[in-house]
Amino acid sequence: MNKLSLFGLLGLVVRRDLLLAMRRRTDVLTTLVFFVMVVSLFPLGVGPEPDMLRKMASGVVWVAALLASMLSLPRMFSADHADGTLEQMMLAPQSLSVLVLGKILAHWMLSGLPLALIAPVLGLQFDMSVQALWILVLALLLGTPVLSMIGAIGAALTLGLRGGGVLVSLLVLPLCIPVLIFGAGAVEAVNGGMSAVSNLALLGAFMLFALVFTPFVAAQALRISME
Amino acid sequence: MAINWFKYSAPSTFYGLAGKLIPFFAWPAAILFATGLYIGFFVAPTDAVQSEAYRIIFIHVPASILSMFIYLIMAGYAALGLIFNTRLSSMMAQALAPTGALFAFISLWTGALWGKPMWGAWWVWDARLTSELILLFLYLGFIALQASIEDPRRADKAAALLAIVGSVNVPIIYFSVKWWNTLHQGATIKMTGTSMHVAMQQAMFIVLVACWLYVIAVALARVRSIILERERNTQWVNELKEVQS
Repeated sequence: MNKLSLFGLLGLVVRRDLLLAMRRRTDVLTTLVFFVMVVSLFPLGVGPEPDMLRKMASGVVWVAALLASMLSLPRMFSADHADGTLEQMMLAPQSLSVLVLGKILAHWMLSGLPLALIAPVLGLQFDMSVQALWILVLALLLGTPVLSMIGAIGAALTLGLRGGGVLVSLLVLPLCIPVLIFGAGAVEAVNGGMSAVSNLALLGAFMLFALVFTPFVAAQALRISME
Repeated sequence: MAINWFKYSAPSTFYGLAGKLIPFFAWPAAILFATGLYIGFFVAPTDAVQSEAYRIIFIHVPASILSMFIYLIMAGYAALGLIFNTRLSSMMAQALAPTGALFAFISLWTGALWGKPMWGAWWVWDARLTSELILLFLYLGFIALQASIEDPRRADKAAALLAIVGSVNVPIIYFSVKWWNTLHQGATIKMTGTSMHVAMQQAMFIVLVACWLYVIAVALARVRSIILERERNTQWVNELKEVQS
């Protein structure tokens, strides 16, 4: 077997995970449907006044995105753990951090990216302005990778535990609060007539910061869980 | 003469030492609690702005300080355990977590009691309150992760990693909520001096020291239980007087 470069490995892992997910499309779709449902529940719960809905739209979409990405987290490693693939991956001579990064990227493409793309439709239900919709999508595109990256640490730590699904939310949700605040804040800034640049810049900074550290930490967490 | 600096890093030797140390922390804690609260409730003058209700400060402020401080100590111990693979450090981290969570809870509770007469609301979504609440969540996550893993070594390491990630994230969370919203009053005691009455300062400081001693005493007592639980199959535990009786 010829030696893979890091990017070659990254591409390989992403392609493999995407292929596996496409063979079982329902998993991806359930997360998306869950997201749409949670967002649609809010107008039913709080009443249909457009003014109030417009105000709370970004927060509702963000909280729903957070919950939806939590829902799909346990799947990140569990299937590979169950059939032993994960052990083989850890034995591979290549960097485990890059492997984990590949899995994170694949997870984001299957959970975060579809959420960001469908969010404008939901935003229209909440009577958001076009400008706010653009910012919402942009913020989601910057923020959801962070959710996947922080979530990977939680998913790795709770690998193979009883009730891991609930536990992972308990661990990861408090750590995701900054993303929620600045993600929702970006849209609110635009609604208030201000520039969303500072919020988006902070989201981008979180993403870069997480990109540097979380694959390594998640790889360590996997090593702890697989001992 | 060579001193064995690591003698008490073994659970078997630390168990006895911790048992001897507990009274030295527990009794001063009790006495200082009584003195501090007496000064706070009976000696300290009534506040000009907040009248009598301000007196909850003597519990609220020490609890808040310690809830944050304990998290750092806990993460420090957890990191030591993760890096040097010392069992006792991980046990100390595990022993500190419930106390930290307790102080975070007390801080929120007394804050709510203080907020009602001052701000007219039990709870406001203010930066300090929110970050304290998140701190409580982080403690609960640490405890839950530790409790749900059966293998104690894996539990220690996993919880340690979580505590370290949390401690990196705490400043980020703190500043994110700070920029987001704020109502909580700023710190009264600063390095440059304070506007507080002397008796108020004394009471708060005494209760702070008392809480600190209490934390040490309780952590030592709890770490003793953890040592017994984890080492229950070893010979030295079975030879202990309290185990045999």
